[in-house]
Amino acid sequence: MSEKTARSAASGSARAEVRRIADKVRAGERITPGEALALHRHADILTLGMLADGVRRAKHPDAHVTYIVDRNLNPTNVCITDCGFCAFYRRPKADGAYVLERGVIHQKMQELADLGGRQVLMQGGHHPYLKTDWWCELLADLRARFPQINLHALSAPEVDHLAKLDKRPVEAVLRELVAAGLGSLPGAGAEILVERVREIIAPKKTSTERWLDVHRKAHELGLRSSATMMFGHVETVEDCIEHLTRLRDLQDETGGFTAFACWLMQPDGVPEQHLYPSRKTPAVYLRMQALSRIYLDNFDNIQTSYVTAGLKMAQVTLQYGCNDFGGTMLEENVVSAAGCFHLAPIQKLEGVIERAGYLPLQRNSWYGVVDPRHPELQRGPYDMQQAATRRAAVVGAPR
Amino acid sequence: MTTYAACASDELLELASGHGLGRIAEKVLARERLGIDDGLALYRSPHLHVVGALANFVRERLHGDLAYFNVNQHVNYTNLCNKLCRFCAFQRLPGQPGAYLLSPDEAAAKVRAQLSEPVTEVHMVAGVWPKIPYEYYLELLRAVKAARPSIHVKAFTMVELDQIAKVAKKPLEVVLEELEAAGLGSVPGGGAEVFSERVRAETYHLKISGDEWLAIARKVHRAGLRSNCTMLHGHIETVEERVDHLDRLRRLQDETGGFQTYIPLSFHPENSEMADVPGPTAVDELREIALGRLMLDNVPHIKAYWILMDVPIAQLALSYGADDVDGTVVEEHIYHDAGATTPQHVQRAELIQWILDAGRVPVERDTLYNVVWSADPLRAPVGRAAPVAS
Repeated sequence: MSEKTARSAASGSARAEVRRIADKVRAGERITPGEALALHRHADILTLGMLADGVRRAKHPDAHVTYIVDRNLNPTNVCITDCGFCAFYRRPKADGAYVLERGVIHQKMQELADLGGRQVLMQGGHHPYLKTDWWCELLADLRARFPQINLHALSAPEVDHLAKLDKRPVEAVLRELVAAGLGSLPGAGAEILVERVREIIAPKKTSTERWLDVHRKAHELGLRSSATMMFGHVETVEDCIEHLTRLRDLQDETGGFTAFACWLMQPDGVPEQHLYPSRKTPAVYLRMQALSRIYLDNFDNIQTSYVTAGLKMAQVTLQYGCNDFGGTMLEENVVSAAGCFHLAPIQKLEGVIERAGYLPLQRNSWYGVVDPRHPELQRGPYDMQQAATRRAAVVGAPR
Repeated sequence: MTTYAACASDELLELASGHGLGRIAEKVLARERLGIDDGLALYRSPHLHVVGALANFVRERLHGDLAYFNVNQHVNYTNLCNKLCRFCAFQRLPGQPGAYLLSPDEAAAKVRAQLSEPVTEVHMVAGVWPKIPYEYYLELLRAVKAARPSIHVKAFTMVELDQIAKVAKKPLEVVLEELEAAGLGSVPGGGAEVFSERVRAETYHLKISGDEWLAIARKVHRAGLRSNCTMLHGHIETVEERVDHLDRLRRLQDETGGFQTYIPLSFHPENSEMADVPGPTAVDELREIALGRLMLDNVPHIKAYWILMDVPIAQLALSYGADDVDGTVVEEHIYHDAGATTPQHVQRAELIQWILDAGRVPVERDTLYNVVWSADPLRAPVGRAAPVAS
């Protein structure tokens, strides 16, 4: 067989395989890890886009795109995990290391409240001395002062870190945090949930099993959380699919994940930049974004990542499976530290959503629509009150 | 290298039929020319994926997986201009801050500065200023060619050529001969804007009309020079005006065959008098690429010009009908004065990576689409003309 015939025979069988898997996806069936890999390897981007768009439309028949008015608040950048891909953290006592004064935190929260914000995404470093007590006090204080703003705080590795500092089980720490006012858990720190990869890029950070277990425990306590993936570094496509599989399995078990978001690692200026490959190109992101919508059949929402991918790409992702624009991120420090500046004012963000043919709607942390401009579109499943009641049923009323 | 399996013809027909574009898909499969109504339907279809799949089918039929780039540099020799187009942020009048006119030596120095790079083309376009003497243009070409004799000079839009002929006080045919003798290799596609007289009256009435642009392009092609063609989209033009524009380009191409590449140009509003017009978004740009591929059945190449689309959209455009992403550029002023946030220069290796990640096979070309370097020397051998299936 000549090289040319061999190639066209191979591409012929690949095409047949893509067709078979595509039929499965269109029929609403779950695909296997092997099938996800085949799609990633052989499906062209338009096919991935059409399949992802089909899944999105089945889950969200209305042409709506949600987002939340929120801000990032990083109470500290002090961290002892030394992740080489992070340009944000400082070691204890290093130049530029900080712990925000409570007054500064109040001021930032007030700015958010003035803009009608509904959520603060509060996470930071793994500070060696800021224990659960410190966080509980902060959460309780903010809950009392800004009851309308959900405290979406502490990634799984941070919760795990608190448990280690306290020498107590994760569950006990979570109960206290929830009682103090923690409203939901962000999905950060997942990176790639494959031990081989974590040992290379984040050896001091929480393991795959523990990351998943923190989310499992949080879900059991009635908290909802989001899930993420940071790729485009040392992982393989198989690793990404394993990551997605772990998330899908846990979601089968608990149903507690609200949404999934993924983004490419931003390598500029990170401590170990010389050890990482250069920034991956946007097409690499778009393929994975589309594949995640197809694969995570038990996730309601897929978030685009306009902060890392830019507004133009984010607009396109709406046709590649994404139904949510994430947060307005009135302040973002972490990826900005890694040379990534795609923050957009709300009007501009709504503009690109509208121009793509969708209605932008403001949501809460639980993906309920709470847009004051569209009372007729108001919908659950949760609002602040329901969420608080549900948590209270599990862990008792907030102190 | 990974390439991906796209729609087969039966799938395409089924897909398009399911989204109200079945008749158009039939024409595409039968290689029939699409009519004005088909163009309008494609512009108005809410199913961009399907429009993209139709365009991608045509693109792959012509070029397979190949995607072209070149190693080029831009020289915008002056921003002096009396056309006062409302969509332009580059133009200056003499004495205004930032106004400049490069001497032929200064332009040549920019070319000389890149001698260590494998540049094959210099793209020279600029404003139109009647006090620049004819001799300047000839000197400019000679100086650039002297700085790098192997370089291909693609210079002077139809608008500039109109002015050059005026100041030369000679027929354009003669001027073209003289410019060619001085080093002109081919002509870029800019300045066409949108041919509609309504749009011209409102935004660029001091510039040559659509008919004049086409008449000059005809003379350029008859002189044996190749050119590109463009359309500036995303300002005040209607879809009818866009389809008409494409149709007029197509009709001239039937006559001369001189257009190599069609490049949709996205209007960038910043710093222009039309800053209140929002400009096209990513999905509009992808659709424009697809429409170009589907309507211009007689133009071999469609370019996704990354400088103004930005990398993500240029990459994706390679699956919506485009087969070219332009080149390394080095220094660009016209779109950067209008707020473009893209870098001004990319490395050749980056261009190759963009194309590979888009699932395409990178081929470096020269201005006239001869293969300079190829990731697939079997399909696109170095030294030969780029393979375009008829």
